[in-house]
Amino acid sequence: MAVSIVIVSHSARLAEGVAELAGQMSMDEVTIAVAGGTDDGSIGTSIDKVTAALQKASNPEGTLVLLDLGSAVMVTEMALEMLDPDERQRILLSSAPLVEGAVLAAVEASAGSTLQEVAEAANNGHEMPKGRWS
Amino acid sequence: MPVTNKDILHWLQRSTQVLHENNAFLTQLDSAIGDADHGSNMDRGFSAVITKISGMQEADIGTLLKTVGTTLVSTVGGASGPLYGTAFLRAGMATAGKQHLEGAEIVAMFEAAVEGIKARGKAQAGEKTMLDAFIPALEAGKQAQLEQVPVTELLQRMAGSAESGMKATIDLLATKGRASYLGERSIGHQDPGATSSWLILQALADTVAS
Repeated sequence: MAVSIVIVSHSARLAEGVAELAGQMSMDEVTIAVAGGTDDGSIGTSIDKVTAALQKASNPEGTLVLLDLGSAVMVTEMALEMLDPDERQRILLSSAPLVEGAVLAAVEASAGSTLQEVAEAANNGHEMPKGRWS
Repeated sequence: MPVTNKDILHWLQRSTQVLHENNAFLTQLDSAIGDADHGSNMDRGFSAVITKISGMQEADIGTLLKTVGTTLVSTVGGASGPLYGTAFLRAGMATAGKQHLEGAEIVAMFEAAVEGIKARGKAQAGEKTMLDAFIPALEAGKQAQLEQVPVTELLQRMAGSAESGMKATIDLLATKGRASYLGERSIGHQDPGATSSWLILQALADTVAS
């Protein structure tokens, strides 16, 4: 069984788009759950959606959570505090950029790597070159 | 005269009304330096709070405040959800089982709330956030408590200091939250979070005074 991925975004469409992109790379061998937007579908983050996505992704190998902006971190941290400690220790929050991190994590997870390895792979997204102009 | 659980209920009702009336104003402040949703987020969150606490006339203050916290976390949507949610949850823990609060207990309640906001937002004073209203208010509350002033005056002083702190955010550079993406351009605008914090503290002072 592979490490799961959870995408937390202020936008439902952004979360689904990132999941779609990462899913293509992992050839659907990795569970990628999304928590995008508020409960009524507007821009924001929902603790209930995050909790549901964490439950959907829950597995013995662990879960890596990737996020977009500030308050997604706070909402996810609150959701984690509500889980029981056994479940919580199988979940890591990634500070990786969302798109690069999700794709790298999906590739790594589909290779059967550990949660730590998947988290490190996602972190490489910080240094992923996009062009020569910077 | 201590603050009773009835006062707390009336405070929450007044806060809901005040935030509803200031929905457009808060959103206008947030559109200048944020994502233009603070007014509607707070209005939505407190509307849900009122529905949730409508049958809680006999509940103790801790139970009331914890209910407010959990409701705000799941209904506000923006960063204010976890921040205000944590503040009210911590305030509820500090007042667990209490039917009324003396000055020292009010100060302890706000101290717990402020610590919660700091921890949740990994924030401190001077970053152009709600803490820039709450921290001066807490300091004023502590000073008022040292001077043993009546609770009504303690709360007035807290609200007054929150208002000064809120106005002082105009000159601050935002280093937390969405406004920090604007860098120097965040200077010259009043922080919406500090503004809603003042409105809520002023609502408490007005509730207990009347």
